[in-house]
Formats: sequence, structure tokens, C-alpha cells
Amino acid sequence: MSDKTTTPREITFRVRRFDPNVDAAPHWSEYRLNVYDGMTVLEALHEIKAQQEPTLSWRSSCRMGVCGSCGMFINELPMLACQTQVLHLGTDVVSIAPLPNYDNVKDLVPDLAPLIEKHAAVKPYIIYLDQIEIDEPTGEFLQTPDQREEFSQFTHCIKCGLCLAACPTVATDPLFLGPQALAQAYRYTADNRDCGLKDRIEAIDIFHGPYQCHLAGACSQACPKGVDPAFGIQLLKRALVLDSIGFGKKKSSVAKVSPLADVVKQIEEFAPPPRTVGK
Amino acid sequence: MNSNKPTAYNNRLGIKGWVYAGKYTFERYLYLGHRLTGMGLIAYMLLHIIETANRMRGVEAWEGLMGLFASWPFKIIEYLLFAAAVFHALNGVRLLMTELGFFLGKPKEPVYPYSSSIKRHRPLTYIIMALAGLIIILGGSSLFFP
Ligand code: SF4
Ligand code: FES
Repeated sequence: MSDKTTTPREITFRVRRFDPNVDAAPHWSEYRLNVYDGMTVLEALHEIKAQQEPTLSWRSSCRMGVCGSCGMFINELPMLACQTQVLHLGTDVVSIAPLPNYDNVKDLVPDLAPLIEKHAAVKPYIIYLDQIEIDEPTGEFLQTPDQREEFSQFTHCIKCGLCLAACPTVATDPLFLGPQALAQAYRYTADNRDCGLKDRIEAIDIFHGPYQCHLAGACSQACPKGVDPAFGIQLLKRALVLDSIGFGKKKSSVAKVSPLADVVKQIEEFAPPPRTVGK
Repeated sequence: MNSNKPTAYNNRLGIKGWVYAGKYTFERYLYLGHRLTGMGLIAYMLLHIIETANRMRGVEAWEGLMGLFASWPFKIIEYLLFAAAVFHALNGVRLLMTELGFFLGKPKEPVYPYSSSIKRHRPLTYIIMALAGLIIILGGSSLFFP
């Protein structure tokens, strides 16, 4: 929330505009706004829309870095508008453009369909050996905290698409699966409940797959959730290499199903001590 | 299909997107260097084949060409080639190590301010680039002041 008790600073916002019904190409418009301490780029856009330019379009929802819809190219870097405070940018002129490497639908709205299509292509779900167990579970999968830590950071992806906007390979190769999808392919491959690398290989071990990445690191710099997709890609490459020389994930490392009776026993074993107060 | 349907603007950065590293970090510039030197070395390979094919035109033609290559402008081009090969080779070794998951740290729950494998790997990146710089300087001194 912006703190209106502080002295405001006038900031010029250079916003890239594009209306597909009218414009053949985008153009820039400038808006001046008094910005208070704590005001985010998203709040500034709302103010501009309310006071100066009612047709200005963008996409946003949660205003708290969770939904992943407000990605924009702010001062030439991909950022979430709701997580970026204007005065922290440190410039009197703030440029705001739609995320590059996606089609621009209108003003600041990118078409994120390719991101979602690539995500879906890498089979981002647990593939387990025993389909019967999946359809009719007899118990719980066992997973230690260390096993969860192997992939935990990659589960934080909010599919904002900033990483694809930052990636220099995506810039020239539209078919490159990109950091988001490849990091998710690793997230599931590394999960000890999953044994789906063989199924996934067809989709990921391709010309436009992980080996197009030369570790520019721009995706990890842009990622607002600490997912570090570049790391996921390197670990995926390692998993593919190990698999190709026969050192891939062993069946013994795939999660075991703990029968329900055992689960109940474990719950009893780890039951809290009896209450001593407020009986 | 409705021909009046408004069309989106193609906002792909294309070649500019990999040539211009802008505000991204050091590794993004290494990516650019790796690609440029890679393309330069491939171009050199092709020229080298054409150059050595001149041997078929007889001793005189060959020695004339060698004389040309001994001149200063060609020495500078040769040095740039050497520098490109050293950078590409050492950066390539760094990339091979990272592709096998070495020197990147371990995955862990992200806690703000986020760390990244790129930052954890950066000391090694600096060491390798310093080594490349040293070899390029030493190579230059032996080439220009034998
Ligand atoms: S990896 Fe990070 S930048 Fe990429 S889509 Fe997920 S949250 Fe966004
Ligand atoms: S509005 Fe949801 S992430 Fe910014």
C-alpha cells in the first residue's frame, strides 16, 4: 500500500500502447503521476487509468505476487507490476512495455498461451508405475523431507512467464521449450513418487529442448519466486545424461506405498503426548 | 475465419533479444560471447579449408599466401581467433560442468531474498574467466613479441 503521509515524487510513466483495432504497430504514451512511498507499478497503472487514460489495458488479479498475471517489461527487465515499487526503481522516468517474446494482444497484455502449451507438453504431473494404485489407492506414498527438498523450489512456479520474456534463446527460437516448462519437467522427474522420465523424454529430449540453454541465467534473474529455472534445466540435463548411460532413477528410489494400516500405526506412534491442562 | 478479427502484435525480440544483453547479469554476456565466438570459429573453419586448399595451386601460390598471413593485419586477426578459441573452450568447460549439475549447489526451499544457482556458481565463473584472460594475454605476448 502506498504511504500517502510521505512527500510524493512526480514520476513520468512511458507506457507502450497498442490497440489491434486501430494501430498497425505499438507507440509510446507518457503520463505523469505523483508517486508515494510504497506505491507499486500496478497501483500507479490503476491511478493512471482512473485519472488520465481509461482505455489503458493490462492483466492483473491478486496484487500479491501469487496469480502470475501482471508480468510486464519494466525499465527493460521483466517484473511483476504488483511486486515492484516505483520508487525502488530509482528513475524519474519509468518505462512499461508488454512482456517480450509473446504476442502482444493489447497495450500491456501478452498472450501467454505458448507458455501454458509448453508447460502441458512436458507432462507436468506424477507418472507412477502402478496405474491401479493411482486409480484405487491403498495407502500413502512415503517421502522424506530430504526427498521433498530435491524438487521443492521448483513447485513455487506461478506461471507468470517472466522467464521466457528474459530468455535469449526463446527470443530467436519460438519452439524452444523454455525455462518454465523444462524446470517443471525436472520438478516431476526429481519427485520420488514419479517414474515418468521415459514418458517425458519424447517431449523434452528434442532439438528445441534443454541443450539449447547455455546458462545465460536471465530466467533465474527475472523469476520473482526464487524458482531458479536455469538450475532446473541443468539438473534436467544431468538426469537425461545419467538416464542415457544407464544410471537413471532406480526403481528402489521410487516412493513406496505405505499401507493404510501402517499409516494409522505411524500416526499413533507420532501422536502428541496426552494433555496435561484443560482436560 | 473472421477476417476482421484484430491481430496481435508480434513482440518476439528475435536476433536483438540475444545480441542485446542489456541489464542482465554477467552470465548473460558470457552467453552472448559464447555464441559469437562459436559462430566465429565455425566461419574460421570454413575459411581455413579454403586457405589450405591453396596448397594444390603449387608452392609459389602457397608461399605467397603464407607471406600475406605473416603481415600485421593477419597477425591481429589470428590473435582474435586465438582469443575466441580460448574463451570458447574455457567457457565451454564451465558449461559442461554445469550441465552435469556440478558447482551449482543443491536445490532448497526458496527464502527471500532468493539465492540462485547462478550466484552460487559465480566465483567459479570469475576464476575461469580470469584464467581465460591470463592465457589470452600470455598468448598475445608470445605472438607479438616472440
Ligand atoms: S519459473 Fe519463475 S519466472 Fe518462470 S513462470 Fe515460473 S515463477 Fe514465473
Ligand atoms: S497481480 Fe497477481 S502476481 Fe501480480
